[in-house]
Amino acid sequence: MNLDMSSDTAALIRSSKRRLLQMHYEAGVGHIGGNLSALDSLLCLHHAVMTDNDLFVLSKGHAAGALYVTLWSIGKLTDEDLTSFHQDRTRLAGHPAPKAIEGIPVATGSLGHGLPLASGMAMAKKFRHEPGRVFCLTSDGEWQEGSNWEALIFARHHKLYNLTILIDRNRLQGFGTTDEVASLGDLRPQLSSFGVTVEEVDGHSWRALSDALSCTDPGPRVIILDTVKGKGIPSFENKLDSHYLPLSDLEYSRAMQELGS
Amino acid sequence: MRNAATRAWMSAYAEEPFLFLTGDLGYNALESLRDEMQDHFINAGIAEQNMVSVAAGLATQDFDVWCYSIAPFCYARPFEQIRNDVCQHDLPVKLVGNGGGYAYGAMGSSHHALEDYGTLLTLPNMHVYVPSFAGDLPDIVTRMRESQHPAYLRLGHCEVPDRYRVPAYAPWRRLAAGNDVVILTVGPIAGALLAGLHDWDGSTRPEVWSISELPLESNPPPLEFLTALERNPRLCVVEEHVAQGSVGQIFAHFALKHGIPLEQFDHLCALGYPSGRYGSQNFHRKECGLDAATILKRAEALVHRV
Repeated sequence: MNLDMSSDTAALIRSSKRRLLQMHYEAGVGHIGGNLSALDSLLCLHHAVMTDNDLFVLSKGHAAGALYVTLWSIGKLTDEDLTSFHQDRTRLAGHPAPKAIEGIPVATGSLGHGLPLASGMAMAKKFRHEPGRVFCLTSDGEWQEGSNWEALIFARHHKLYNLTILIDRNRLQGFGTTDEVASLGDLRPQLSSFGVTVEEVDGHSWRALSDALSCTDPGPRVIILDTVKGKGIPSFENKLDSHYLPLSDLEYSRAMQELGS
Repeated sequence: MRNAATRAWMSAYAEEPFLFLTGDLGYNALESLRDEMQDHFINAGIAEQNMVSVAAGLATQDFDVWCYSIAPFCYARPFEQIRNDVCQHDLPVKLVGNGGGYAYGAMGSSHHALEDYGTLLTLPNMHVYVPSFAGDLPDIVTRMRESQHPAYLRLGHCEVPDRYRVPAYAPWRRLAAGNDVVILTVGPIAGALLAGLHDWDGSTRPEVWSISELPLESNPPPLEFLTALERNPRLCVVEEHVAQGSVGQIFAHFALKHGIPLEQFDHLCALGYPSGRYGSQNFHRKECGLDAATILKRAEALVHRV
């Protein structure tokens, strides 16, 4: 048990994980690993950090399931909505679709789009002197996309103080580890060299997440989340398979047992 | 046309502010706009993918945003950003591509835009504006501002012939009255054609039209145009754009679908680089048969039903 969180928080995380697994299992959909690595930060953001003035962009659109479950956990989606995930006529596509769901301002799925979009939103708030922040969650492999670096330069140059970039560093991507596929080297100094504030936190520690995400120091700020792909499901943790494969019957029942009720 | 567009943006900005993003282009053209707009004029740097997505992000927050670059850098480099972030969300981001067709001449193929509006019209909600003359810009800028959809403006070099009186802007316009084959033009090539038509000495005379807004679903041909075709069901479409996705193809499809009888149809369009050599816009036009003399010869062939 993670000692840095209340029992309510632990229950929230557990029920959200269970709902996420159920949704993916019933739909026969993979991408579970990257959803589980991102879920804690999404829950923390939406339950403990964001206000009505804030905006969130999920750049790693393949973690749509985690975002849908998070929106379900705050009452913006229903159980019936989640049941429709990946089904015909659903609003809940495998990657967030345009204008489908309140609380998801932009569709994503092709990597490298979310951060420039979020930068535009942050700039809009800055122009109007509006309160609120813009959060954008990227994956780590996604930083192989040049558009992210374009956006980082832009955000820094235009002093988008209200922009917070989260990087879900689970170190695995579609066809290998990020180090094997196209190494990003030591990400922190590289990002810092662009003139943005960078910190690294445990992406599964509610307290560390809450502290880092609640910080309102002027940005743009980058928070590298050290995470585990497939977090919480031992057979999936740090496994490349968890990027794509859906849960088998046995894996699902074991995982639910491990999570507890 | 770029200067005319700048003046139109200046007037529009005075009425209601908007944001203007450039991909580090506009030297010796956009300075007055930059000085007028100040912080609303944003040089987004040489990063067109980011520029378009930033524009989309701004538009989600109800900002009116224009994005400017040399045409291919504006529509080809950030195509996925236009597709996913702008068009699929139906955001009213206005893209401006300078140098449509072969307008950048000997600068080379990287700077030519031969497939811009055809490509963009494959995307949902996209509207395209192709002025024929610099004088069209005030109306077009106003219409683009009033539109709540993604839009692309293709700029070129204005080529109004001496002593030619440009009719008031309309999405479809009769540029020269005639009594035989109908020539439909797209963009400033109309000016070169009208100049060539000045010396036309045939017993019959082609009727020249321009179309400046697409798709046809939102800008169908007017009755006068259809009447001209009914009178003389021979059409020649002229445009500085490759055949795929061109107005020629679009109109042929439209005509078939709506039962518009065309006894003869010809299409003069961009052919790329037939000789593998590069030169001025007129050099490339000539290589493709898009010079006035060739166009009129082809039109004459239709007149005589060769």
